[in-house]
Order: sequence, then structure tokens, then C-alpha cells
Amino acid sequence: MRFTHPGFKVVVLAAALLSVAACKSSDTGATDTTSGGAVTGSIVPGSQEDLAVSAGDSVFFDLDRYSLKPEGQSTLQAQAAWLAKYPSVTLTIEGHCDERGTREYNLALGERRASAVRAYLISLGVDANRLQVISYGKDRPFAVGSDETAWAQNRRGFSRVN
Amino acid sequence: MTGHCAAISVKTFRGGASALKAALLGLSLALAGIAVPAVAQTSLTITQGTREAMPIAVPRFAGGDLGAQVAQVVAADLERSGLFRPIPAGVYPQTPEQIQAQPAFPAWRGAGADTLVSGRVVPQGNKVAFEFRLWDTQAEQQLTGTAFTADSANWRRVAHIIADTIYKRVTGEDGYFDTRIVYVSESGPKNRRVKRLAIMDQDGANHRFLTSGKDLVMTPRFSPRDQTITYMSYFNDRPRVYLFNIDTGQQEVLGDFPGMTFAPRFSPDGNRVVMSMAKDGNTDLYSVDLRTRRITRLTSGPAIDTSPSFSPDGSQIVYNSDQSGGQQLYVMSANGGGGKRISFGDGRYATPVWSPRGDLIAFTKIKGGRFAIGVMRPDGSGERILSESFLDEGPTWAPNGRVIAFFRQSPGAAGTVKLYSVDVTGFNERLMPTPLDGSDPAWSPLNP
Repeated sequence: MRFTHPGFKVVVLAAALLSVAACKSSDTGATDTTSGGAVTGSIVPGSQEDLAVSAGDSVFFDLDRYSLKPEGQSTLQAQAAWLAKYPSVTLTIEGHCDERGTREYNLALGERRASAVRAYLISLGVDANRLQVISYGKDRPFAVGSDETAWAQNRRGFSRVN
Repeated sequence: MTGHCAAISVKTFRGGASALKAALLGLSLALAGIAVPAVAQTSLTITQGTREAMPIAVPRFAGGDLGAQVAQVVAADLERSGLFRPIPAGVYPQTPEQIQAQPAFPAWRGAGADTLVSGRVVPQGNKVAFEFRLWDTQAEQQLTGTAFTADSANWRRVAHIIADTIYKRVTGEDGYFDTRIVYVSESGPKNRRVKRLAIMDQDGANHRFLTSGKDLVMTPRFSPRDQTITYMSYFNDRPRVYLFNIDTGQQEVLGDFPGMTFAPRFSPDGNRVVMSMAKDGNTDLYSVDLRTRRITRLTSGPAIDTSPSFSPDGSQIVYNSDQSGGQQLYVMSANGGGGKRISFGDGRYATPVWSPRGDLIAFTKIKGGRFAIGVMRPDGSGERILSESFLDEGPTWAPNGRVIAFFRQSPGAAGTVKLYSVDVTGFNERLMPTPLDGSDPAWSPLNP
């Protein structure tokens, strides 16, 4: 890991255990907003790492649901503010599901989740042209276990910096 | 007795698989007139709950190693169906050469064989003549017999066609051994799974990969008419439905849609593909005419509508919708609209697939945290669960509507994903061997 801040290291390790695979920067990706403010000098402004640390890159959903929870809305408000700081940055919103659904239905559900994230960011003033969506359904899980903890991690909208 | 076996016809094949099959069909017709009626001992009535397996002897065909290999494939096909029980070679009372001269029926009866397959393999120029006869050892009669010539390289297909002929003669139903499976081969950790399209004979032979694994691929399905597969690929980070020609390897995107396309399936005449398109949080069903490329929207409204499958006559489509809240099965006209819910049991219902016979719809059922494969009639009645585990998903029908393949995932980071088959009665569940893990199987029609 190229991060030196001790507090951030812990976050990165936790994320690595969750094995963020579908994103281009798979060695990063804090999974909640507790890491906010832990930016160190080595993080490139406007990068995936910056988004993860400054705003949080993921929002989470309940089983078979695609409505945003209050925590998710807070994360997306931070993402919108972050995007306002870096007007040239575009995002691909990845929709993900846990393995407790059928493949094709989960592709549709993932698209619903990603679209819910996109719609909320647009409602906060982000230009629609900066936000693409893609659904991976249950095929690119963040956590590979088969328990509620893992499933909760995988019901996710992940904001990937293009 | 020998009078019955005089009329074995021999036809010559010119090579290609289609010629092989065409010639066989010709022979079957030619033989229909001389086949004796099935007698009680050699007729298996397949009904729900039948578990009786017919004892059959399938000694090696006379004519060297090739004869032994053909007999092995025939016996393995019949055994895998669960409807036949090949007796062990150790109790055979005669050599293949002796059988060729005259089957010793009482001795075969004594060995426990109700039926006996005899055959031989004879070089004929640069090709090989394959002959086989099926005997009823009780009635001491030939039930059927066929002979044909083919490239020796085609010996596996010949064996499957022989097994199909025996299956049909005994059960009265069409066989399904001369078929292939296309599926998604899986390897690597669950969060970085490498997925490749792969194809194999239904018994696992002639396995080959169709895609490199660079792009995530899902849900391949056969065209009922030609060597085309439709599937979904994440090529260029854009998940879309593609057509893939098995012979040429040529691929093309199907339809120009503004959103993600997925869950494709051919119409029974092969002229259309029906699929889902997701955009702005809404998933509806669309149909693409492969001749004109005209796109028709079949459903609308805010629900997720996916996993469409045509009735065999092409007039209706069964699909998966969450318009009532949870996932349920609906049937509508193939022209779209007016979907009527057919699933009303406890739990969620998904991935409906209409039987090629038209009598049943197979589905995945999610209930109590477990996934099951089941069937119901097209009106939703007569639900029957065939198989259940942590995660059974994605049924596909053998072309005779008797056997269903699906995939089974075991839980955990080290969980495996494997292909299985099960009889429509729920008996005879079998692992379908694949080199790596496998999911999303699709059974081909009988080979052309």
C-alpha cells in the first residue's frame, strides 16, 4: 500500500479484505464514510481514492430494495459536493446485488439501484452527462462469503471514477 | 427368429453431420414397416414416479477398439437417462462375434438382460459402417436395427444416434443424446470470476471454449434452427446481447438499444430474439426480428420484466415480473401486453422456461432462503419441485422435454458452481461433468 497515514491504512486493509474487484482501482475503496478527512498528501485530487476518502464511494441497500437509505443519501450528498469540486470528473455508477437472487433479475435490480443513485445525484445538481450506470447483478460481489454480513456489503451502488 | 433381422438397411453418408442425421432419419422411416410391436417386457411407460430401469446388455460392438468405444458411449447414454440399467460385462454369456452369428436368448435372459444390443463396426473404404440391432430377449425378436456409414471421426455422434434410437424404441419418446450443452465456464475467485462461453456434447465430450474470458459473459441460449447462440457480454464495459455463430466464431451486437440488454432467448422458429432492456431503473421486454432487425416493445410499466421464454408454438411468452411486489411468473401473447400471473405459491418464482413439449414450464423458486428447480403447467397448476439446495438456478430443457439441466452453487468463498441434470419426475439427479466450474447451461435441440 502506498498510503502512509496509519488511520487510513486500516481502512485500506479492510477494503482489501472485501476485495473490490469490479472497479478499475481495485486496491482501494473505503466502504463507508468513517474515513472522511483522512486524506493524505499522496492521494491524487479527483481520483477514486479521493472520492472514497472524501465522500465515500458506496451506498448500501436492503434486501430486494433499491430505495436509498438516509446514510446512502448522506454519502451521495458528499459525492455531489465532491463532484462540484472536480467538474471534469465523470462517474460510472455500478449496481450490485447479493447472491440471493436469480442472475437475470439481479441484473435488472442492480440497474435499478445504480439508476436510483444516479437520479439522486442529478437531483442534487450533478450534470446527468457525467453519470453513467452499469449493472453487474450478483456477478461481481465485493464480499465473497455467504452470510448476511457479506450480502449486505454486496447490495451496493458503487461510484467508479472514470 | 433370424427372419426378423434380415432387413437391415445400409446407407452411405457423405460426411457432414447433417448428412449423417438426414440419412439416419431416412433409415428410421424405412425400418418402421418391419419393426415388431413392442411387447410388455420391452416397453417402458414413463410416468411421474417411474423408477424402474430396464436391464439391458450393451456388449462391445464387434470390430476392434472402435466397436468397444461405440458400445461404451451407447451404454453410458442409456444408463445416464436413469431408464436403463446396463448389466455388467462379467455376466455376458456370449462374445460379440457369437452374438453376430446368433444371439443365445435364453442365456441372455439368464444373465438378467431383458434387452440386448448387438453391433459391429466394419471398415468401408475410408469410412466405417456401423451396424446395430436391439433384441427383445424374452420374445426373442429384433426390436429395431440400423446400419450406416460415416467418417470414423464421427463415431461419437453415431453412438449417440444409436442410443437415441434405442431410447425411442423402448420408451416411445424421442431421445436427447445427440445434443450439446452451451454454458458458462467459471474459474477464479468469486469476486474476480473468469467466465467463458463453452460448448460440449451432452455427455461432456468434445468440450471447447468459445470465448477467451476477457469479458464477462452470461446466459447463452441456442437457436432452435442453426449454429447460432445468443448471449450477454460485457464487451467494452457495455453489457449487451450478442449473437454468436458457433461455426465461424463471428459475433455481433443484437439491436441498437439505449440501455443494458440481457436475458435473451430465441423464438421457436429462430426468427426472433426476445430480451430485456433496462434503462433509468426500469426493465421491460423487447423482441428483435432477426430478418428485419425491427424492435418491438412487449411490456411497459415500472416493474422489472425479464427472463422471457416462448411457448413451443411461438404464440405466447412466459416471463418473470415483480409487478405484484415479488418475482412471479406471467404469461402473455407473443405480441406483448396483457400478462396474466400464473404462479401463486409461497415464495418467489423466476427464470421460467417453457418445455419443448408445451406441457410444462420449468422455473427457479426462492423460498425460505433456499433455491429450487420446479415445474408447473402453463396455467400454473400442478407445481412440482424437482431439486433444491442452497442455490439451484436456471433450468433448461432437453429437446424431448423429459430432462432438465440447471446449475447448483454451494455457499461460501470457496463454494463451487456445477451443472446438474434431473428427470422431469424429480428422479435421477446427476452431476454433468465439466473441466472447470459451470453455470447457465442451455440444452441444444437435437443436432442438425
